[in-house]
Amino acid sequence: MTTASPTFQDTVFALKKYWSDRGCIITEPYDVEVGAGTMAPETFLRVLGPEPYRVAYVQPSRRPADGRYGENPNRLYKHQQLQVILKPSPADVIDQYLGSLAAIGIDLSKHDIKFEEDNWEAPTLGAWGIGWQVMLDGLEITQFTYFQQCGGFDLDLVPAELTYGLERLCAFLQNVDSVYDIEWTRGVSGQPAVKYSQVRFQDELQFSKYNFELADVPMLWQLFDLHEKECNRLLAMMAPVVLPAYDQVLKCSHIFNLLDSRGAISVTERVGVIARVRKLALGVAKAWMKSNSPVEVVDEVVA
Amino acid sequence: MSFPFLLEIGAEEIPDWMIVPALNQLQDNFQSLLDQHSLGGKVIAADATPRRLVIKCNGLLERQPDTEELVSGPPKSAGPGAAAGFAKKQGATLDQLITQTTPKGEYYFLTKRTQGQPTADILARELPHLILKIAWPKTMVWNGKGTERFIRPVRWLVASFFQNTIPFRIADVESSHFTSGHRILGHARIPVTIDNFDQQLLANGVILSAETRRLKIETEVTTLLEGKNLRVKPDPDLLHTLTYITEFPTPILGSFDPQYLELPSEILTTVMRHHQKYFSVEDAAGNLAPNFIAVMNTNADPDGLVRHGNERVLRARFNDARFFWAQDQKKKLEDRVDDLKNVTFQAKVGSYYDKTQRVSQLVTQLGGNPRAALLAKTDLTTDMVKEFTDLQGVVGGLYAKAQDEPEPVWRAIYDHYKPLSMDGEIPSTAEGKLLSLADKWDTLVSCFAAGLAPTGSKDPFALRRAAQGVVRIIVEGKITFTFPGTTPELSEFMRDRTEYYFRDVRGFSYDEVRACMAAGWQDLLDLEGRLKRVQAIRPTPDFEPIAASFKRIKNILKQASFYNAGPLDTALLEDGPERDLYHQIRRTQGEPLESRIGPLRPKIDLFFDKVLVNAPDTKVRLNRLTLLQNLLTEFSTIADFSEIVTER
Repeated sequence: MTTASPTFQDTVFALKKYWSDRGCIITEPYDVEVGAGTMAPETFLRVLGPEPYRVAYVQPSRRPADGRYGENPNRLYKHQQLQVILKPSPADVIDQYLGSLAAIGIDLSKHDIKFEEDNWEAPTLGAWGIGWQVMLDGLEITQFTYFQQCGGFDLDLVPAELTYGLERLCAFLQNVDSVYDIEWTRGVSGQPAVKYSQVRFQDELQFSKYNFELADVPMLWQLFDLHEKECNRLLAMMAPVVLPAYDQVLKCSHIFNLLDSRGAISVTERVGVIARVRKLALGVAKAWMKSNSPVEVVDEVVA
Repeated sequence: MSFPFLLEIGAEEIPDWMIVPALNQLQDNFQSLLDQHSLGGKVIAADATPRRLVIKCNGLLERQPDTEELVSGPPKSAGPGAAAGFAKKQGATLDQLITQTTPKGEYYFLTKRTQGQPTADILARELPHLILKIAWPKTMVWNGKGTERFIRPVRWLVASFFQNTIPFRIADVESSHFTSGHRILGHARIPVTIDNFDQQLLANGVILSAETRRLKIETEVTTLLEGKNLRVKPDPDLLHTLTYITEFPTPILGSFDPQYLELPSEILTTVMRHHQKYFSVEDAAGNLAPNFIAVMNTNADPDGLVRHGNERVLRARFNDARFFWAQDQKKKLEDRVDDLKNVTFQAKVGSYYDKTQRVSQLVTQLGGNPRAALLAKTDLTTDMVKEFTDLQGVVGGLYAKAQDEPEPVWRAIYDHYKPLSMDGEIPSTAEGKLLSLADKWDTLVSCFAAGLAPTGSKDPFALRRAAQGVVRIIVEGKITFTFPGTTPELSEFMRDRTEYYFRDVRGFSYDEVRACMAAGWQDLLDLEGRLKRVQAIRPTPDFEPIAASFKRIKNILKQASFYNAGPLDTALLEDGPERDLYHQIRRTQGEPLESRIGPLRPKIDLFFDKVLVNAPDTKVRLNRLTLLQNLLTEFSTIADFSEIVTER
């Protein structure tokens, strides 16, 4: 490792600053469990409708079935994505993206970068897009997607979504073979450097145990039903409160993932449960579109 | 005077496998545009990189030729009023009209001249449609709902006609004479002319010619391996992909720790090829070497960072594979059979456990290896196959071998997805053939029963490929198989696939295939035998005349609505050609077709020449029809010869 390579948090700072300089709102992670940055309302809801929006945030992304008890150097139950939404996508979006790599210390004249076809689809969210995985010296460092549809709606403006896998990117920058060896911070005033493992290893170990062995299946089913019910109750109101309803969708989605990692969802149930989550997500998207349509805004002004 | 034209569509990275078909369409459509508008000119070159489609033409006219058309007006007898009206309607004056005599009488005519439009105007009008008309497997919008669709966003357009730019726009992009170079090696806004286009691109890190890029990869790979006693494992598909995923390809040689060679080469190769797009390298003896070749999209790796990065990624991938291997061995394949209850084969059909039960039963009936059938699908529950899905079957076979299953068992599992393509090999062992056959046949029977038959071009469950595999294994593996549990719909489907196989894969002519299949097709080995016989006797001089006679017989019987032949009454036979024909048939009964045709032909010819089938005496007539019917039936066990297309 060279001393010049940026730490984990330096990389995060640099990316946030870079996108802040390009007009992005920088927010903190959404505080409900999600499987990907796309699911945070800052993406799922904000890409809907005709309002331009630019945002960037780090999103810890929980995927219970991907846990490996901290034993696999490249696989994590919870990894962190830096998510950028540029709505609408500017014509020079790829150049801007390449600029962000330079901003974190990658000299592209000494590396090999390729854009390989990789379209994205999330049936649970009624969402899909066209794009690439960006390969740097053979390593996938970013998922680049032009959103086409979300919540079942054709999008009025086409957002570009950039999702950087932070652990991979930092392991690459620091030239380490295990994400646990990433230097999170270098330490100041004689304090020792802090490694990724010191910050995150226990999460991986304990949550792997919980997700695969301990989570109470009947309780999870109950929770799923409760959150589903709550979501439906909110959506059935005359003027639904969309954001709280969407939280319920995220809860259901995460509980589904937990049940899945516990091996508690049979083949026959699986399709049905996915359909239940999808129905909620589409319902929320519809309510959001209704409550944010320009027509309604005009009505309010008149009143 | 004629002029050159150049069109470049600049886009964000187009998926490699779509580029060639799109370029072909563009070239064809542009040529038709030139032809349709009489602009002269020919497309002389078409080339592409992931970021550009380019066509070059020469010989375009500056403008369309003027045209003259003779428009007919009213008859002269209608009088000058009608003529004036006609002239006015055509935007002409009365004195421009001429009269001509036609078969219907004397008529007014106007010679209408249309001035040709400038080529530049036509191109400016037509190019946007032409470009957006390219059919892609999947398109996108980038400017919002309802805007132009293309494979990826269009970012620049060069349209040069001699020294001018043809002005047009697609979405927010206006045509110009500025191209864009390689993302890293070139500039973003480069002025070009038709003459310096290729050189300017090259100076900006883009090799426009795919052929040159391919050659560059091949030559440099050879140089990299020179003197090392190593050679690249040929892989034309991968070479094609790499040619179209790069604008300036440069191969590099990387290596990995030889300890990974403990893993089966199938797994190492799959990781390198499918996940990393690397060529594998082997030594002189054909053993996998601890090296790989990656192809960069840039000109050099001055500090070795790219090689180092790729080696690092590959190490992680191999570590994963080794981890999966070790992990998967903790639970033997035989202990995974029950886990298949949780793996869906098809939602409407059930789990892989159900499938395993059915396939095992069928394999047993066919005399195959039930142990192989029981374990065949268990690798679907392994981490290795979840990660490297292309290796299904292969992983199962390798694991079975590692778990000391006997060779016939592990080989059968290893091979049971074969043949993977129309010209891919079929399983090598008898057990493998039967397992593959049973697996594919079960897929067909169960999917058809669940209403999942392919429709039109849609075949989401790859049932055509499965059926093709069934046909090939039966015929090429010489297996007796009678399509147990088939339905009329599936039977029709298999009939189609069988016809396709013998006609398009084996190259029998379509009428021979149709003729032989009309005589029965469900015993494929028998069918193949008959096809070979018919193909062999077809060039003999008596064959086509006989076939023509059979066609005639069939028509006669059809016209007489005669289908049920009773016993032939030999007493009713007339001496001469009729009785001769009868005797000829009797005498050679049981002899092979090949030796019967020659002597039979003159007898049939004579019969038709001299004997009136439609005899006035009903009994005689019916008897003659019976004679013909018998003749037809006897020869139709080989083929329905009336299906053979003849000159007569």
